[in-house]
Amino acid sequence: MTDAGTLREDAPVEALEHPSAPDLLAKFDPLIAERQALLDTGVRDPFAIVMTKVLSPTEAIIGNRPTILLGTYNYMGMTFDADVIAAGKAALDEFGAGTTGSRVLNGTYQGHRECEDALKEFYGMDHAIVFSTGYQANLGMISTLAGKGDYIILDADSHASIYDGCWLGNAEIVRFRHNSVEDLDKRLGRLPKDAGKLVVLEGVYSMLGDIAPLKEMVAVAKKHGAMILCDEAHGMGFFGEHGRGVFEEAGVQDDIDFVVGTFSKSVGTVGGFCVSNHPKFEVLRLVCRPYVFTASLPPSVVATAATSIRKLMHAGEKRERLWKNSKRLHQGLRDLGFTLGTKSAESAIIAVILSDQTQAVGMWQALLELGLYVNMARPPATPAGTYLLRCSLCAEHRDEQVGQIIEMFSQAGRAVGCIAQG
Amino acid sequence: MTTRDDTFAKVTALIEPFNKKALPLTDDVRFAQDLEWDSLTVMDFVAAVEDDFDIIITMNMQAEIETIGQLVDAVEKLKA
Repeated sequence: MTDAGTLREDAPVEALEHPSAPDLLAKFDPLIAERQALLDTGVRDPFAIVMTKVLSPTEAIIGNRPTILLGTYNYMGMTFDADVIAAGKAALDEFGAGTTGSRVLNGTYQGHRECEDALKEFYGMDHAIVFSTGYQANLGMISTLAGKGDYIILDADSHASIYDGCWLGNAEIVRFRHNSVEDLDKRLGRLPKDAGKLVVLEGVYSMLGDIAPLKEMVAVAKKHGAMILCDEAHGMGFFGEHGRGVFEEAGVQDDIDFVVGTFSKSVGTVGGFCVSNHPKFEVLRLVCRPYVFTASLPPSVVATAATSIRKLMHAGEKRERLWKNSKRLHQGLRDLGFTLGTKSAESAIIAVILSDQTQAVGMWQALLELGLYVNMARPPATPAGTYLLRCSLCAEHRDEQVGQIIEMFSQAGRAVGCIAQG
Repeated sequence: MTTRDDTFAKVTALIEPFNKKALPLTDDVRFAQDLEWDSLTVMDFVAAVEDDFDIIITMNMQAEIETIGQLVDAVEKLKA
């Protein structure tokens, strides 16, 4: 702890003998140079976009231009839902702007409880715990579940929050090749039989938009006696009968020990959670550091989340529209000759694979100038060192917008030379 | 040949497909600095070594291994 009064006045600070210790930011010089070289070619910075106005779940103003949004995770278009907004405003009036405290101290309000109740109902599970972000949900769950001497077995293409959850804890970390059931089986078979094991899977892998063969993976994990955590960040809302995620669609609901998710995608706000039927689950509230040592979500956020989750239980029509939009865009881009991350639309994420950074940034900028925002992704976030333009659809994209999107890809692709002149 | 020589021969054979600069492979050659491998190459290579020797090299162990010699020693230990 640092109190100003602890420095003794009679102890003068002596000049250091080596005042020229290395600049700690010098290690980023190569990245700074690479970025500068790219910007010097006259392109806009893909990682410095500012939306001055957001018009709807699918449109915003970027640099004075109305732009179609095709790079958000607003899958179900809940950000502007009238009931969701009303719930947030009411909570702001009744409970204030923030809790200024941890969930285990002064930071649990009625709204946090109601949000956890909504999750339990949505997933049909006994327990739910809300974290301040999805990132923290993975950090907290993974680092707390797997301790010293235990093993975490994760897919090589796992999200950064899963890797960081591993590094935060003390377990042994073992990777298997992306979506390879055989590789998972082999690695589990080589581990000590009596060691605790946590297999971490994702329903949808967010870079290429491909889904995991959960039925087979879960069977293999159970065969070796492992517990399973499944991250459904990009699957919640529109996979499975109740929209619970890929694990529901795969029919393995009863075999997944922990489902992690987020409010910052289909739910349309921010926050993270884990749901489970484990009888000892509630103890995690006391031992999970990323839950204990941070402030809880503001009342308005948990109110919007709870309202949105309850509406997502009955969002069949939206689900259909989202799937229709995803399939149509996938087909449209394939017909234009683009290389995509998956053979068919497996999720609401469609990744356009480009050859290098110059082409990716060129294409990204051409689309932006035509009035379309997509995400650019580059290594190390992407698998196999690829450069991607990632498109994610929204249930609220209108048919005519999807048509415009395909037309813009056609124009930009020909201008930049990633597809043949048609 | 000792078993270490044997392991060294097997490991270097697995390195060759990724040895783009055709460096002579000795105990002191470093994966990141000398072979200039990125994290993806490391992932593929480690999986190949694991499958060849039927062992697990955890990411925690990988963080400590910088040279071919250190890897060969680690494989020797894991096989035992």
